[in-house]
Amino acid sequence: MKKIIPFMAMMIAVLVVLVLGQNWLAQINKPPIKAANTNQVLNIYNWGDYIDPALLAKFTKETGYQVNYDTFDSNQALETKVKQGGTHYDVIFPSEYLVSKMTQEGLLAKLDYTKIHGFNNLSKHLLNQQYDPHNEHSLPYFWGTTGIMYNDQVFHANQLDSWGKLWNPAFKDQLLLIDGPREMLQPAMQALGYSLNTENQAQIKQIYNKFVALAPNIRGIVTDEKKQLMINGDANVSVTYNGDAQVVIDANPHVKFLIPKEGGPIWTDNMAIPKNANNKKAAYAFINFMLNSKNAAQNAEYVAYSSPNQAALKYLPKSITHNPVLYPPASQLKDAQHYNNQPLRYFNEYNEVYLDAKTQVSLNGGLK
Amino acid sequence: MKDNSRAKIFFAIPYISWLAVFVIVPIGLLIYQSLTNVQGSFTLANFHEFITSNVYLPMAFNSVFYALIITLITFMISFPAAYVLSHLKHRQLWLMLIILPTWINVLLKTYAFLGLLSKSGIINQLFSTFGLGTHNLLFNHVSFIFVAVYLELPFMLLPIYNSINEIDPDILKASRDLGAKPINTLSQLVFPLSINGIKSGIQAVFIPSLSLFMLTTLIGGNKVMTLGSAIELHFIVTQNWHMGSTIAIILILAMAVTMYFTRERGKRK
Repeated sequence: MKKIIPFMAMMIAVLVVLVLGQNWLAQINKPPIKAANTNQVLNIYNWGDYIDPALLAKFTKETGYQVNYDTFDSNQALETKVKQGGTHYDVIFPSEYLVSKMTQEGLLAKLDYTKIHGFNNLSKHLLNQQYDPHNEHSLPYFWGTTGIMYNDQVFHANQLDSWGKLWNPAFKDQLLLIDGPREMLQPAMQALGYSLNTENQAQIKQIYNKFVALAPNIRGIVTDEKKQLMINGDANVSVTYNGDAQVVIDANPHVKFLIPKEGGPIWTDNMAIPKNANNKKAAYAFINFMLNSKNAAQNAEYVAYSSPNQAALKYLPKSITHNPVLYPPASQLKDAQHYNNQPLRYFNEYNEVYLDAKTQVSLNGGLK
Repeated sequence: MKDNSRAKIFFAIPYISWLAVFVIVPIGLLIYQSLTNVQGSFTLANFHEFITSNVYLPMAFNSVFYALIITLITFMISFPAAYVLSHLKHRQLWLMLIILPTWINVLLKTYAFLGLLSKSGIINQLFSTFGLGTHNLLFNHVSFIFVAVYLELPFMLLPIYNSINEIDPDILKASRDLGAKPINTLSQLVFPLSINGIKSGIQAVFIPSLSLFMLTTLIGGNKVMTLGSAIELHFIVTQNWHMGSTIAIILILAMAVTMYFTRERGKRK
């Protein structure tokens, strides 16, 4: 007992020093927020590393609003946080399916177009989609599509110009697919010519069978690892988002990207205002700021995804806007589809097919 | 005497409250989730689905199969290794070298293997210097089992080493004096006398191997599905917590069964 008390006291002393030290460090690193009243504060909740920080400083300088900037790493995290209601973000950045889900759940404020300037800057092909008719609740912030990247030392573009060609035995144990219920099944849906949002039982069954038939060709079902694998030449064909493909191409010039002739799905991340926002005035000011074509151009150059701001393109270097990976020509996008939010029943059904298909692949490749 | 028992209760408070908050309540919640559906009403449908659907039973067999292979290989490496270790001069040093990697984060070690097994990695470089060409070492069942064995090895080796170390050296000497061949000493003395270490090694390897999930993605390229990866999918991707909990409960039952068969027996003193 005589020894245990000094021991515990010492542990507690160390803890106290650590906590004080940490507070002190936080104090000297963080500039105090000057605005005393919350009317001057804008709370933003965005994906990590998804804005040029210089723009935030410029926004504060132009409008006087102090910005509180938090980040999330998945749509689920965003949804949960806004749903719980403990926090009051003014601008959030949900992906397309989450826009329609949050709209149905009554979490998003209807946009007041009398307060929005610069709507006409946006590309028409990304507006008025089924996930948000007439863009009543959201405006696109960045977008991208899905295609196939391949190593041109091993394969040729004409082997991959249609989704159905992935089933060619020439790709045995070669393909990398994107991990996710809809992303993984998407090539099968497009090879069969079905809608990416199909709710037809017979079609879903066929999609499942088609996917399972792809098993011998599947090298792996991965997320971010595919970039490094393609750069190193560890894999030669991968279904991929065009933004990721660009990262790979920059590092390995032998990798090429194409969109098969059926088109690829288009994703959008969008700006929206939650219903429980504290400062809608500041939120509109920020949305208008980001719709400004010069700001959008600066942001697109920093983030390196495709900007939905048509008017911004003229401020971007030609090397970016003429790059068919980031800005595919309109002819390749005319058949592109957007994902919609699915009713819970179909959401579950897709998930079951996804899990089942994954299991079949593992059994197929496995215990033989 | 009374004071003594009061003190015992007092000292048990941290343990009991820990158990209640972090073991009993979570398991209670898991059971509740597994017995309800999305609408929140009580049902056995989740368990029924586990048994009848063509997804979960094959997946369960798959998991058990992999866990058995991993356990078997780690045992076949660990038992001789532990035996040799217990006879070495600087055994504390050798033991240290085995324990050392367990101080490194599992995720880091796994990423290291991504580099080692890649086409430009050191293993393929060795292959090509010997004229064997390069191979796809990642994303298959062999690499999954290999890395899993590497990660689990210390947990098999340590308990076996400890129990072999506890064997009275005089018994081994006696066996030699009485003319037993080394192989007989090993199979008829060392093995039975270290059986409890072997059992806890099996527990420490087999049970976690049933629910490996990070390795199945990173090293197996999602071409290896275990019950662990199914739980992860249900909680994170499909957000079907009810089915995820059901699988978790079934895993807990599987663990109980494993514990039962590998429990310490015959310790009636």
